[in-house]
Amino acid sequence: MEAGSRSQPQVEGPAASRRRVPAWALGAIPLVLIVAALTALLTFGGDTLGERLGPPVEEIAVERTVLRPGEIELTVRNTGPDAVTVAQMFVNDTYVDYRTTANEIARGGSETFTLAYPWQRDSPYLVTLVSETGATTEHEIGVAVQTPSADAGFYGLMALLGVYVGVIPVMLGMLFLPFLRRVREHWVRFFMAVTIGLLGFLAIDAYVEGTAIAESGTGAFGGTELLFIGAGAAYLGLVALDRFLRARGERARATGASAFQLSLLIAIGIGLHNLGEGLAIGSAYAIGELALGAFLVFGFALHNTTEGLAIVAPLSDHRRPSLARLAALGSIAGGPAILGAFVGASAYNAELAALLIGVGIGAIVGVIVQIVPAIRDGTGRALYPASVAGILAGAAILYTTGLLISA
Amino acid sequence: MNFNRRQLLGGGAIAAAGALTALDPRGDRAAAQDSSTTHAGMGTQGHGGGTAGATMRKGATVDHRANGFNPTDLLRDFDEGRTRRLASGRMLREWEIVAADKEIEVAPGIKYPAWTFNGRVPGPTLRAREGDRMRVRFVNGSEHPHTMHFHGIHPAGMDGVPEVGRGVIGSGESFVYEFDAEPFGMHLYHCHVGPLAEHIARGMYGAFIVDPRQGRAEADELVMMMNGFNTNFDAEGNQVYAVNSIAFHHVNEPVRVRRGELVRIYLANILEYDPINSFHLHGNFFEFFPTGTRLQPADFTDTVAMVQGQRGILEVRFPSRGMFMFHAHKTEFADLGWMGFFDVA
Repeated sequence: MEAGSRSQPQVEGPAASRRRVPAWALGAIPLVLIVAALTALLTFGGDTLGERLGPPVEEIAVERTVLRPGEIELTVRNTGPDAVTVAQMFVNDTYVDYRTTANEIARGGSETFTLAYPWQRDSPYLVTLVSETGATTEHEIGVAVQTPSADAGFYGLMALLGVYVGVIPVMLGMLFLPFLRRVREHWVRFFMAVTIGLLGFLAIDAYVEGTAIAESGTGAFGGTELLFIGAGAAYLGLVALDRFLRARGERARATGASAFQLSLLIAIGIGLHNLGEGLAIGSAYAIGELALGAFLVFGFALHNTTEGLAIVAPLSDHRRPSLARLAALGSIAGGPAILGAFVGASAYNAELAALLIGVGIGAIVGVIVQIVPAIRDGTGRALYPASVAGILAGAAILYTTGLLISA
Repeated sequence: MNFNRRQLLGGGAIAAAGALTALDPRGDRAAAQDSSTTHAGMGTQGHGGGTAGATMRKGATVDHRANGFNPTDLLRDFDEGRTRRLASGRMLREWEIVAADKEIEVAPGIKYPAWTFNGRVPGPTLRAREGDRMRVRFVNGSEHPHTMHFHGIHPAGMDGVPEVGRGVIGSGESFVYEFDAEPFGMHLYHCHVGPLAEHIARGMYGAFIVDPRQGRAEADELVMMMNGFNTNFDAEGNQVYAVNSIAFHHVNEPVRVRRGELVRIYLANILEYDPINSFHLHGNFFEFFPTGTRLQPADFTDTVAMVQGQRGILEVRFPSRGMFMFHAHKTEFADLGWMGFFDVA
C-alpha cells in the first residue's frame, strides 16, 4: 500500500508538468534549439567538411538585356553557390569597355554592366563574359532592337495592346448573351461544354508555353516548379473565393445570384490567365520579337472572343444582368492583359512570367471545376454525346484560332 | 540557362574561324587573310572603345609585378647564358631553366594557371652564335612532367621528346640538354610532353636564336612570340591573344623605336588551338627572312602568315615619327588582344 500510494504521484507527474508548461513555450523551445543548431552549423559546420574538391563553381546568367544606341546593358545574376568576379567582356569576339558599380557578383546577387558597343539594328550578337578565372558565359542577343524607353507613349501603346488583346475580344464574346438567353437549355449546356473545351485547351497551351519560359530563365528563383506554385495558389484561392461567395449567397440563391457568381469566378479566372498573356506579349514587344500589326490584333480578337462566351454562358437563365455588371465582368477578364503588357514590356523576368502563367493555369482549372455542374444533363451525367462534342469543338476552336497568332 | 564551368567548355566562339582553316596551311593562309581585310575604326590613340575599336575594360590594368615580368622588358631580353671558352676554342654557353607552375594575369583581371619556363611566358630567349656548344640544365620544378624540345639540328637523345633518350623529365627531376647551336636563324623551344597541345597552350615555350658566325647588322632587336590563352580550357580557340602574352599590352605601352634606325623583329607563332596566325604592320613595309636561315630576304611585305612553330626575322626602318599599329591580320585575334603600336620617336 505504501509503495502503491507513493507510486501514484509518479504516474501523474508528467501529465501534471505537461499542463504547467504553456503550449507556446513547447513550440518556442524547439524553435530556439533549431536556430541555435543552424547558427552553429553555419559558423563551424563548413570547416568540418574541408575545401570543395573542384575550382569555384561560376554560374552566372544574363537576366535582362537593354539596348540603347551604342550601348548594351546587361543585368547579370549569380545563380551558383560561389561569388563570381567578371573580369572582361567581349561581343562577337571583340573585347569591349564597360561600366559597372562592382565586378564581383555575390551569391544570389545581381549586377548591371553597360557595354560600349556600336551594335547594328536587326543583327544578332553573342556577348561573352569572362570571369577572373577565365571561365566564359555566353549570352545570345537574337536580334538587336533598341529597347523601348518607358515613357507615356510607351505605356499608351502597351495599354492599347492590352485593350486589343484582352478587353475588346472578351467584350465581343459577351455579345452572345442575348442569343444564349433565347436558346433551349440543352443548347446552353452545349455552349458550356464548348467553354470547358476552350478553357482546357487554354490550360494545356499555357502549360506548354510556361514550361518553355520557365526553362529560359536564369534558374536563380526556380524554373518549372514556379508554374505549379502559381497554379496551386490560384486554384486553391479560387476555391476559397467560391466557398466564401457561396456562404454569403446562400440566402440569395433563389434569386439566381449563384449564376452571376459563377460568371464572376470565370471572369476572374480568365483575367488571371490574360495577365500572363499580356506579360508574354509585352515582353515580346520589348525585345522586338512581336510582329505588331493587323494580324496580331485580329488573331487575338478571334482567340479571346471565345473567352467572352465562357463568361456569359452561365447567365443564360439568369435574370437580365445590368450593363454595368457585364462591363465589370468584361473588365475583370480582359483588363489584366493591360497590366500584364506593362509589366512584360518594362520589367520582364522569366521567373515572374512563369509564376503568372502558372497562376493563369490554376485559375483556368478552377473555373473548369466550377463549370462542370452546369453541363450535367437531366440524369446528372457530365459526359454525354452533346457535351463531349462541345468540349471537342471548344478545343478545336482554340487550336485553330491559335494558329493565327504567331506571337 | 544554367552555365557551369564544364558546360561552358562548349562555348568557343573562336572555334568556327579555326575550323574554316583546318586542313591545308597554304589554302588557310589565303582564306584567313581574305576574311579579315578590314581594320577600320581602330583608334589611332591606342585606347579604343566603342567605334574606336576593341579594348579591355577601361582603367583595368595587369599587375606585371605579380606576374613577375613585363612584356615591354621581354621584347629586348636576350639571355646569352654563362659563357666559357672550351680548350678547342669553341664557346660553351650554359643555362639553367626551371619549370614552374604559376598563375599569370593574361589580361586585366583574367588569371590563367600557366606552366612556365623560369616563371615567365614566353620563357627566356636563349641566344647563341652558330657553332657554339649549348648546355641547358633543365630543372623540373613543376608538378607536371615536362621536357625541353629545341628546334635545331641535334642528336636524337637531345630532342626532348618522350621515350627517346632521357625522355620525360618528371616533377623534381633534372636533365642537361647539350648540343651545338645550328643552323643560324630564329628558332624556338617548347615542352613536348603529352597532351602536347595542353603543354604548349599552358605557356611552355620560348625563342631560341642562333646568330650567324659573321653576325648581323647592328639593330634595335625585338622578340615577339605570337601566343594566346584558352582561358576556359575548351580547346576550341582562345579567349586572349597577344604577342608575349598580355592582351593589348603594346596598345597601352607602345613599342618605342627610333626613326631611321634598323629594327629587327624575331617573330614566331606558338599559338595553340588556332591553325594560323599573322603579323601586319601599318604604314610601312619590312624585309622578311623566313626562319632567319638565309641572309637574303625572301619578301618585302607588310603582312606575313605563320602556322604554329613557323617563325622568321623582320627588318624594318620607320621613315617618320608617329604611332604605327601592328596586329594579327586575323581581325578576330586583333580584337581579342593581339594588337599594339610602334611609337616612332
